[in-house]
Amino acid sequence: MAGPPIGLPDLAALPQADEEDVVLCAIRTCSRLFGALLERRELFVGQLPEEETSLADNYSAEDKYKIWMRHRYNSCVNCLVELMGHESFQVKELSLTTLMKFVELEGKYPLVKAEWKGSFSFPRELLKVSVVENLIPCEEDASLLISRFQEYLEYDDIRYFVMKAVAENIGQVMQKTKEVPLPIYQQNVFSLISSISMPSKENEVVSFMVKQANQEEWKVSKLKEHKRAFERMWLGFLKHKLPTGLYKKVLVILHDSILPYLNEPTLMIDFLTVAYDIGGAISLLALNGLFVLIQQHNLEYPDFYKKLYSLLDPSIYHVKYRARFFHLADLFLSSSHLPAYLVAAFIKRLSRLALTAPPQALLMVIPFICNLFRRHPACKVLVHRPGGPEDLSEDPYIMDEEEPSESRALESSLWELQTLQRHYHPDVAQAAAVVNQSLSELEDDISGLLELSAYELFDRELKKKATGVPLEFEQVRGLFGKKDDLFAEHFALE
Amino acid sequence: MGKPTKQRRKGQVAARAKGPSGAGMAMVKNNPFEVKVNKQKFNILGRRTKHDVGLPGVSRSKAVKKRTQTLLKEYKEREKSSVFKDKRFGEYNTKISPEEKMMKRFALERQQNHEKKSIYNLNEDEELTHYGQSLADIEKLNDVIDSDSDTEERGILSAELTAAHFGGGGGLLRRKALTGEQDEEEEKPKSRKELIEELIAKSKQEKRERQTQRENALELTEKLDTDWKEIQTLLSHKTPKSERKDKEEEKPKPDEYDMIVRELGFEMKAQPSDRMKTEEELAKEEQERLQKLEADRLRRMHGKDEQENKKKPKHMSADDLADGFILDKDDRRLLSYKGGKLNVGNEEEEGGNEEEEGESEEESEGEPGREDEEEAIVEEDDATDSPSDLESDMGSEEEVTANEEQKKKHKENEQKLQSEEEQNAKIEAARSELPYTFTVPESYEKLKSLLFGRKIEEQLVILERIQKCNHPSLAVGNKAKLEKLFGFLLEYIGELATVEPPELGTIDKLVLPLYGLCQMFPEAASSSVKFVLQDAAHDMEEMIEVKGRATFPGLDMFIYLKITAIVFPTSDFWHPVVTPALVYMSQLLTKCQVMTLQDVVKGLFVCCLFLEYVSLSQRFIPELINFLVGILHIAIPQKQPQGYTLVHPFRPAGKNSELLLVCDKKDMETWQKQNLPLSIMTRLKESSKTEINHFRLSCLAVCLDLIKKCAALYESLSSFHEIMQPIRVLLTEHIPVSEYPKQLQELHKNALKEIEDKGKHYTSMVCEKKKPVPLKLYMPKIVKVLEFGRKQGGSKEEQERKRLIHKHKREFKGAVREIRKDNQFLARMQLSEIMERDSDRKRKVKNLFNSLATQEGEWKAMKRKKFKN
Repeated sequence: MAGPPIGLPDLAALPQADEEDVVLCAIRTCSRLFGALLERRELFVGQLPEEETSLADNYSAEDKYKIWMRHRYNSCVNCLVELMGHESFQVKELSLTTLMKFVELEGKYPLVKAEWKGSFSFPRELLKVSVVENLIPCEEDASLLISRFQEYLEYDDIRYFVMKAVAENIGQVMQKTKEVPLPIYQQNVFSLISSISMPSKENEVVSFMVKQANQEEWKVSKLKEHKRAFERMWLGFLKHKLPTGLYKKVLVILHDSILPYLNEPTLMIDFLTVAYDIGGAISLLALNGLFVLIQQHNLEYPDFYKKLYSLLDPSIYHVKYRARFFHLADLFLSSSHLPAYLVAAFIKRLSRLALTAPPQALLMVIPFICNLFRRHPACKVLVHRPGGPEDLSEDPYIMDEEEPSESRALESSLWELQTLQRHYHPDVAQAAAVVNQSLSELEDDISGLLELSAYELFDRELKKKATGVPLEFEQVRGLFGKKDDLFAEHFALE
Repeated sequence: MGKPTKQRRKGQVAARAKGPSGAGMAMVKNNPFEVKVNKQKFNILGRRTKHDVGLPGVSRSKAVKKRTQTLLKEYKEREKSSVFKDKRFGEYNTKISPEEKMMKRFALERQQNHEKKSIYNLNEDEELTHYGQSLADIEKLNDVIDSDSDTEERGILSAELTAAHFGGGGGLLRRKALTGEQDEEEEKPKSRKELIEELIAKSKQEKRERQTQRENALELTEKLDTDWKEIQTLLSHKTPKSERKDKEEEKPKPDEYDMIVRELGFEMKAQPSDRMKTEEELAKEEQERLQKLEADRLRRMHGKDEQENKKKPKHMSADDLADGFILDKDDRRLLSYKGGKLNVGNEEEEGGNEEEEGESEEESEGEPGREDEEEAIVEEDDATDSPSDLESDMGSEEEVTANEEQKKKHKENEQKLQSEEEQNAKIEAARSELPYTFTVPESYEKLKSLLFGRKIEEQLVILERIQKCNHPSLAVGNKAKLEKLFGFLLEYIGELATVEPPELGTIDKLVLPLYGLCQMFPEAASSSVKFVLQDAAHDMEEMIEVKGRATFPGLDMFIYLKITAIVFPTSDFWHPVVTPALVYMSQLLTKCQVMTLQDVVKGLFVCCLFLEYVSLSQRFIPELINFLVGILHIAIPQKQPQGYTLVHPFRPAGKNSELLLVCDKKDMETWQKQNLPLSIMTRLKESSKTEINHFRLSCLAVCLDLIKKCAALYESLSSFHEIMQPIRVLLTEHIPVSEYPKQLQELHKNALKEIEDKGKHYTSMVCEKKKPVPLKLYMPKIVKVLEFGRKQGGSKEEQERKRLIHKHKREFKGAVREIRKDNQFLARMQLSEIMERDSDRKRKVKNLFNSLATQEGEWKAMKRKKFKN
């Protein structure tokens, strides 16, 4: 048996040194040394006695060595935890991987005595205290480290215990700060928990970092347990007030990476209705989650369409989530049981707002409106009212009315589309001119138009083949030299 | 009745007499009884008919003739084995014409005879020669005139001349001939010998005279040649006519009168006028001119022939009036525009000014003359440092600009004088003399090195010369080179816009060559502008992806957009360049953050661009209205948007939401509306708070004016009021008008009035009536006829096959008919033979019977006699 390496205490304390290279080397040495010791089971197992008392007590020399070694190991772990707050990312990263290596090895060669045969051992405390708490600090952005940590979240056991640890941690931190907003902490938590990808089937729970003897009975291998932990974690996180940016981010992923993995998705109703009532982009985003709940979980939402109607404001054509919103709006308005006044109000409002929309949105919304006409032929009076009033002094439609039934949309006509026939973009003008004729039976497919971006539109125009390039015939006299040039009035060539 | 038959008979007789000659054929053709008309059932347009009229008689006789020549011969020789062979020379050779044949045969015959007789023929005339010439020829004493011996012509010329002496006119020769005849008649009484001698003497004398005359003419032409060469070396030195005349008169003439007459004759001739020159020729001439000038310049640069120049007489223009007036100082001024108005010279030469204006029409026509004058000055000067040199360069400079002005003839009535400062600048600019020819720069760097740092005028001249020297019609590769030039120039303009401070004056002028190039190569121009746009849009997209938001591009991009509006028509529904530019501008207004005052100016510039783009087409631009709403929003103090909504990039509250807010009362009062300088886009000058406030107010003024323009533009739109609603709310409720200076209040009032004046008229929409769907009809299949008379349809092979089958069928039919006719002919021949034979036999039998009968008769008679007796 080899004697204790000389200078070990120094080594364990070394990571506190200043120089980065030295620190990195020290961490690597520690990792290798204690890894070997763990594998050789040369660390004391069980309840660790105090260092002083152990020396005095009647332990055998080997035990004394093991106890001492275990103490060194503990101080090394503490050191590494401290280093997780180091300013250099490399140090942080190495500490993280070292700690995770210790977690793995401790799981394999437990340092705690098995209480009974067949019990499961997992270094829960080590994972929670040393890793998770340091991954979600309150002060600094740890997204890089979290992305490095992601590879460990592939292991089902690690993921399970991380989820539990995060849930506990949120509770503790929030209680401590008494609802004082902690944007950075919440951001960190979000980046950690949003990167968790849950298994969707029972038989997918197979990869474990720490192999146990009777794997199947361990509750970590149960999907339901996973879901419960996941649910608790998210509910714990969403219980607290979120900053707007984070709110949006949560809502963006809510419908496809959170809701399906909850045991009780209906628990999200409160959160979603609150979000839906906030207004603006958040409401648009909450719509998606609400839709899932309405569709799959029998959610009854009073005045849903009224709410949807009130969501329509000029910004819907400009926000990033335009495609998502119109996709859902298309779904909501596809029902043929909707009353004509409602659809007419939607059509009128959408086209009124289209007067401020950019071309890419117009190219999408005009076929959208045409589709609504096709689904609800009763609304066609909006574009075709033979024998209607000739000389109205005011548009009968009331834009400010929140109740669609009161908006008198059915009495109006779609003058907005008539206006858009004079739009500067040729495609828009052509699309708007469709309403002049009677519409074809088949609906337009707008799925390809939903995601149309301004740049794509530009590119499409550039790639069009032209047979000839017409030229300006007016003789040029200078930069601002045209006949009654607008620029000469307002700008000076200086 | 009798007449026609008579005629007919006559015709027949004639035809028989003349045989198948042309006249006979014509007779036959005119004869209605000979002609068979093939009646056509339908007249088919475009079909050429060959066989509408047939001459059965003629063709039948032809056929019979042919058969008798071939078939009948064969038939007659059918049982003969011996063949007659004609061994005469070339009997069966069809290539040799009969005359030739006869000649050859004759020659052969002679040869044969000669060979046989040569032994006895002593008087054989072998040709004797002297120096390779036959003595016989020499003995004839024919005077061989060495060079271009056009004795005949000369004879005619002299005859002509003599005739001219006696007032000859039209038929000179005839007259001459007549007189000659008369002479001969008169001298008839003389003896033949005398006559001949006289003739010889006469001819000799004539010859001598001719020789001397010719010598004189030669001498003259030589002299003319040398003179001309002298002139040629002087390049544009043209000896004035008067001088030339003098010289000619000084020459001692053999016959002055002759000369004058000849001259008169020359003058009487109408010279063909010069044809119109093609563009290529003009370009070539221009290039040659520039090259010549370049050579000249080089020569002067090396100072080679300064001494020579000194000796030479003063150059005079062809149009010189020789009145001693020399325009030694060019006091014409160039046009210039400043701020959309003509730049009026404010110097003391007002009188000249008026004159210039009056003459502006003639100026363009008088241009070439002036150019010459200027050239004259160029030639005149020699000392490189003398002031005259300076002027001459200025002259050449002006010449080019003058050309440019000619292009803008329609604007000529606006021409005015240039200010003195600019003229001085011009002289300065001209000091660094430019070469006359340029190659097209291969790369942008080369163009830049060529242009950068020079004066505006020089840059223009360089660009013009590049274009002229490399006109596409001059060489094959020039087109591609010049096409590239557009791109380089565009890039160069972009660079000028990015330097500090931006050289906007240069850009303003460079637009002209750019426009010209664009007119020449629209395709290339469009692709380079598109490339620039694509680049810019791509940059913006990248910035949005990386940073999440975009910023306004630099001044160069705005200049590009403006240039697009200048060189391309913006009112097209779809245009390969303008439409992408519009989309890009829309992106500028919706994506780019407005964070500084510069951004506001840039945004307003784009708004102006938008309005200009659609000024003719009156199209609706939502982005424009949104942006103007945003601009108004950042100019109001209270930050709760009520009655209107802001869209990206403007935010209701936060940083930059009071960018145009002016609180200082004093600044408000001192403000005067001024045009926004474009240079502000690249750099906002460090200025005082007051200036910045003034600047804000100017921005606001532009915005209000744009609103007014928008309102005027969109008044016909059916949703005009809905579109203008947010602006109206802002103008009426939020803008603190009362605090604004008077001028701004005025603008505000105008804008609001423009919006509110429009009446509200809504008429229910009605769809266009659907066209009734027509019943399905069985339409005839219409095949495009590509060529008349051809069978259509099928592939090429199929058509060929059909054609061959058709041809085969026709040939087959024809062959069968021929064979049938041959057989008929033969049968006829056989029959006639048989008939002949039969008749012959009958005749013979008859003869026999006759003789027998007579014999019998005689015998009987004798018997009777005997019996009687």
